[in-house]
Amino acid sequence: MSILNSKIPEGPLAEKWSKHKANIKVVSPANKRKLEVIVVGTGLGGASAAASLAELGYNVKAFCYQDSPRRAHSIAAQGGINAAKNYQNDNDSVFRLFYDTIKGGDYRAREANVYRLAEVSPNIIDQCVAQGVPFGREYGGLLANRSFGGVLVSRTFYARGQTGQQLLLGAYQALNRQISKGNVEMYSRHEMLDVVKIDGKARGIIARDLVSGEIKRYGAHAVVVATGGYGNVFFLSTNAMGSNGSAAWQCYKKGAFMANPCFVQIHPTCIPVHGDQQSKLTLMSESLRNDGRVWVPKKKEDAVKLQKGEIGPNDIPDEDRDFYLERRYPSYGNLVPRDVASRAAKERCDAGFGVNAEGKAVFLDFKYAIDRLGKDVIAARYGNLFQMYEKITDVDPYKNPMMIYPAIHYSMGGTWVDYNLMTSVPGLYSIGEANFSDHGANRLGASALMQGLADGYFVLPYTIGDYLADEIMIPKIDTDAPEFEEAEKEVTGRLEKLYNIKGSKSVDYFHKKLGQVMWDYVGMARNAEGLKKAIEMIKEIREDFWKDVKVPGDLDNLNPELEKAGRVADFLDIGELMARDALDRNESCGGHFREESATEEGEAKRNDEKFTYVSCWEYKGESEEPTLHKEDLVFENVKLTQRSYK
Amino acid sequence: MADKILKKLNIKVWRQKNASSKGKFETYTIENISTGSSFLEMMDILNNELIEKGIDPIAFDHDCREGICGTCSLYINGRPHGPDTEVTTCQLHMRKFNEGETITVEPWRAAAFPVIKDLIVDRTAFEKILQAGGFVSVNTGGVPDANTIPVAYEDAEESMDAAACIGCGACVAACKNSSAMLFVSAKVSHLAKLPQGQVEAKKRARNMVAKMDELGFGGCTNTGACEVECPKSISITNIARLNREYLVSRLSR
Repeated sequence: MSILNSKIPEGPLAEKWSKHKANIKVVSPANKRKLEVIVVGTGLGGASAAASLAELGYNVKAFCYQDSPRRAHSIAAQGGINAAKNYQNDNDSVFRLFYDTIKGGDYRAREANVYRLAEVSPNIIDQCVAQGVPFGREYGGLLANRSFGGVLVSRTFYARGQTGQQLLLGAYQALNRQISKGNVEMYSRHEMLDVVKIDGKARGIIARDLVSGEIKRYGAHAVVVATGGYGNVFFLSTNAMGSNGSAAWQCYKKGAFMANPCFVQIHPTCIPVHGDQQSKLTLMSESLRNDGRVWVPKKKEDAVKLQKGEIGPNDIPDEDRDFYLERRYPSYGNLVPRDVASRAAKERCDAGFGVNAEGKAVFLDFKYAIDRLGKDVIAARYGNLFQMYEKITDVDPYKNPMMIYPAIHYSMGGTWVDYNLMTSVPGLYSIGEANFSDHGANRLGASALMQGLADGYFVLPYTIGDYLADEIMIPKIDTDAPEFEEAEKEVTGRLEKLYNIKGSKSVDYFHKKLGQVMWDYVGMARNAEGLKKAIEMIKEIREDFWKDVKVPGDLDNLNPELEKAGRVADFLDIGELMARDALDRNESCGGHFREESATEEGEAKRNDEKFTYVSCWEYKGESEEPTLHKEDLVFENVKLTQRSYK
Repeated sequence: MADKILKKLNIKVWRQKNASSKGKFETYTIENISTGSSFLEMMDILNNELIEKGIDPIAFDHDCREGICGTCSLYINGRPHGPDTEVTTCQLHMRKFNEGETITVEPWRAAAFPVIKDLIVDRTAFEKILQAGGFVSVNTGGVPDANTIPVAYEDAEESMDAAACIGCGACVAACKNSSAMLFVSAKVSHLAKLPQGQVEAKKRARNMVAKMDELGFGGCTNTGACEVECPKSISITNIARLNREYLVSRLSR
């Protein structure tokens, strides 16, 4: 029997959440006033949770490393948010959204969690509209929808190409309202560096004031981590520069299991890497695939000429273009899910058909849509994206096709949580991208925003009550307790250690080295030999890092290099765990192609017999190997089939 | 189209240890920068060189590097977000600069945005303005179905035009009076154009304007510099709308 209890309620799928809500405990308003909750991270998950908890009457302290909650990386999401509203009368339903999400995740997510996500999705849209999120509208005044990768119905709500920004501003406005009422104490430019446990329960955090460098203690009856994903372990990714896995990693070191760490999403439509001075990758919205056609040359000699810059894309006639997604997947065409589109692009480029100097790009062409609909229609739909592309690449996408290539985008894995979103540490919760629960091995477009807001507005505010109801007799947490003192000492010691290495190489030097190993061996294609090699290489980089990193500046002043150093130290550990997890999972699944597990035609082959589980890693100590626990995934409502988008 | 290499650039940059110390310009040279690199990537490369030489790297604010989070905030060659239109600093590319050029880099200049370190300023004043009323007072749950609140297409589009503000502060930095009118008007317009925001519209305009004045932002004299430098092209017609909302709220008290 596993030591993991997912607490999935009994009963039919469609009744689990309502029955569970009826059975879990509720805290009275008088007692909520006595309870404190810490929320770390203020993106869609964190801001919506902090606002909702404060509305309920809890005392909330919210933390973010940015200068304002409005800058959390949720803001960069472009395309949209899904909801099973069936406003278009195209036969959408809660079950269909659930089914698409489970299938899109390659059957590696929990049925009950995903169903709940689909079930609360309509409430999210209602909530956001009530807050004043300016969603796209039809001329009759009703909400507009569009379709998105991996789905055959139009269920995506959007606010131009800035949906994430507008949804975040909605949550941020709700948060601001609670800050002004005094129900939330907001700590911007603060970074959580440890979680404090007393008698086995999460009772607070240690945070660094990033401006003064001061290390401070904060107590609470429960701690919620909403700090997003760890994609920056790859150095080059679509994540914001400051996005990091450190808070989740501190939770792991304090006993919260890490689940499916090897699952990261590869997004197919990013602007390709150019040269060696690049710091980050820019995503182009997936919505572009609604009208853009993806292609590479049919003839290898054309590809070589393109790579050398001898010809341009418009020199290649239609009959010599290989619209490989339409060719391979006729029913979904350019709208196949992200993992399928990404793998297909990599396959063509690896075969020598890449179209930029590095041979690592494919075309996304709007010529056909412009011929069909006119330039004005395309400009109205994608104008801001086209402008952004031109600013970055100096190429006009109205005249020349865009060049795109897959990039690391979103963390599917994360802290293990039960149905209540509580980690394996009592009183420690993890929501949004920081947890593992809803996306399996791959995420469909427009589902990340949905999960962040579902967790923050409609799930956590109920489930946290079940825990806090038993804590009402606990007085305000005493931050002078020895556990706080010890945690603070540990944090200070670690920062001083980093600072005093005074080596010769910058933090970025190590981060780039780690990123290269991750992309080469733990990226889109993996094999056992490479993964073993990666583990050894990461160990070497880590050893070198702790001997030779150079952290300039002061400990007691604003010091971005010190911040980065701590995060990269954690990325080294996270990277190793990702490689370990990938080594264990000898199956191809989602965007992760395991070379040992392929069909005869070379397509990804999932292995349900052996790997229908969530891998849950338990920390055992600094130089100890972590222990793997398995949460078996039980599918009672969908039949596991090979995903087909043909 | 193909990237070229800028062999040498001089970067004249504001250095200031903290809020209480006095700042000054320092000039550094940097070599071999690809014109395809972003301005912030150039700053990263410069910082790595400074670290290797034992000089403290230059602190600057940045995060998403996709032109949307509003964190980056440099005054480059006398212009907020530098010599290009409709971009944030992270989306500014080195192809906009010339071989051998001396590029001057400063923090936002406004009394309400005090310098924290080097090029980083404190924009908490913006937070306080929004906390004074930049929201719709609605709790989670218990709201009507979204389609029971129809919004005319044009109104939704105009609201979205205003809501596109990323709160970077370029408008304040561009204004000779350091006025926050464009920022405040964007939020007021975003909510005033929607039925959900109507109930509190008057109170919102009054409270936000009062907070803006209290925090030391200057008055608006309609020079239009804010609109020119706004990376998201927020229009000054929003300021006209704010003035109208404010006037109505004063008259109806």
